[in-house]
Amino acid sequence: MSEIRFTIDGKACLAERGQTIVEAAKANGVYIPVLCNYEALKPVGSCRICTVRVAGRYMASCTQPVTEGMAVENTAPDLEDMRKSLIEMLFVEGNHFCPSCEKSGNCELQALGYRYKMMVPRFPYLWPGRALLAGSPLLMLERNRCVQCLRCVRGITSKAGRKVFAAVERGPHVTIEIDPKLAAKLSEEEARRAMDICPVGAILRKEKGFALPIGQRKFDHTPIGSDIEKGTGR
Amino acid sequence: MSKPVIATTSLAGCFGCHMSLLDIDERILKLVDLVEFNKSPIDDIKRFTKPVDVGLIEGGCCNSENVAVLRSFRKNCKVLVSVGECAVMGGLPALRNSIPLKECLEEAYLNSPTVDPGSGIIPNDEDLPIILDKVYPCHEVVKIDYFLPGCPPSADLIWEAVTALVEGRPLNLTYDMIKFD
Ligand code: SF4
Ligand code: SF4
Ligand code: FES
Repeated sequence: MSEIRFTIDGKACLAERGQTIVEAAKANGVYIPVLCNYEALKPVGSCRICTVRVAGRYMASCTQPVTEGMAVENTAPDLEDMRKSLIEMLFVEGNHFCPSCEKSGNCELQALGYRYKMMVPRFPYLWPGRALLAGSPLLMLERNRCVQCLRCVRGITSKAGRKVFAAVERGPHVTIEIDPKLAAKLSEEEARRAMDICPVGAILRKEKGFALPIGQRKFDHTPIGSDIEKGTGR
Repeated sequence: MSKPVIATTSLAGCFGCHMSLLDIDERILKLVDLVEFNKSPIDDIKRFTKPVDVGLIEGGCCNSENVAVLRSFRKNCKVLVSVGECAVMGGLPALRNSIPLKECLEEAYLNSPTVDPGSGIIPNDEDLPIILDKVYPCHEVVKIDYFLPGCPPSADLIWEAVTALVEGRPLNLTYDMIKFD
């Protein structure tokens, strides 16, 4: 396997040809925050949380492949603050009432807020009033919490390969819709997968909320990314 | 030397943040040694009687009285802290922010199942504070200096923040202290 040498904040790292910066960083025990990026899905680079700097240029590290000799800046204070501002923007752009949200403690957006010590967003709240979709038997879609990452659109398909979720409109008006016929046929397992693929509390399993007590949830005691930094994330 | 003075209030909140302040357990004895309380529901002092160093605000602003109290805190306190989700972002009262006010009032006072049909009225006594179109986070009404998220913020976070402020030292935040629920 041909190996590529590159650095992250000066640390010498090795990558395989074709690996994205995020993947290669993970393999080298370095966490780069991601939100729209998800395991086996083709990256779309829509949230920009993973922005890094290479030779003075900003790039989404979930879509950018590593090249020989690349010097990646990941934790420069201005970069980290820019990421924090993106997280804050997502909080004011939706309605995020964490105290009453079923995903609280397991939510990636909230966990990023914790990791970046967000005490208050720097932007004014927008209070959208997007309609809740509760028509499918197993799932609920609370679009006021949706961060438009398109993970559901990319990851949840019917057995015949048709998309269960779709994004309609563009830019600030983008809205996630469910195909009601396909959603009606989802199995328990597929519905659980849809809930898990959503980083926030927008896709919820009906009648399954608040299953884990406070203190036992994913991010109650361990910051998001710490599994990668401990080298167990491979 | 006189002790630093603290004031507290609950605006559109549930007193949970004040309960969390009391949750510091035996550290409350240290707190009594460390600071003096002025206007606060804890000692029931209703009006500011001297300049205050730190004002702790629970709850956001849902009516004209909340705004007046918050402004008087800004005037009388050197440092203002938004304590808890409601002060920081409106909290659960702000669930009404994406519903028109008229609809909220009609639902609560005219159409709710517990209203005797035809006999409900929307409260309109002139002595009642005027309800605002939305619930506002405190920093969208006056300048707020520090923010403690959480519903409620843990006793440890409140203790750490208050002692850091009165001792004039930097805040030592651990991961477990920052929670939004
Ligand atoms: S989706 Fe996440 S950030 Fe939004 S309210 Fe739920 S827990 Fe909080
Ligand atoms: S519903 Fe969830 S997974 Fe789908 S786009 Fe919105 S946040 Fe992403
Ligand atoms: S994780 Fe790279 S753009 Fe969203």
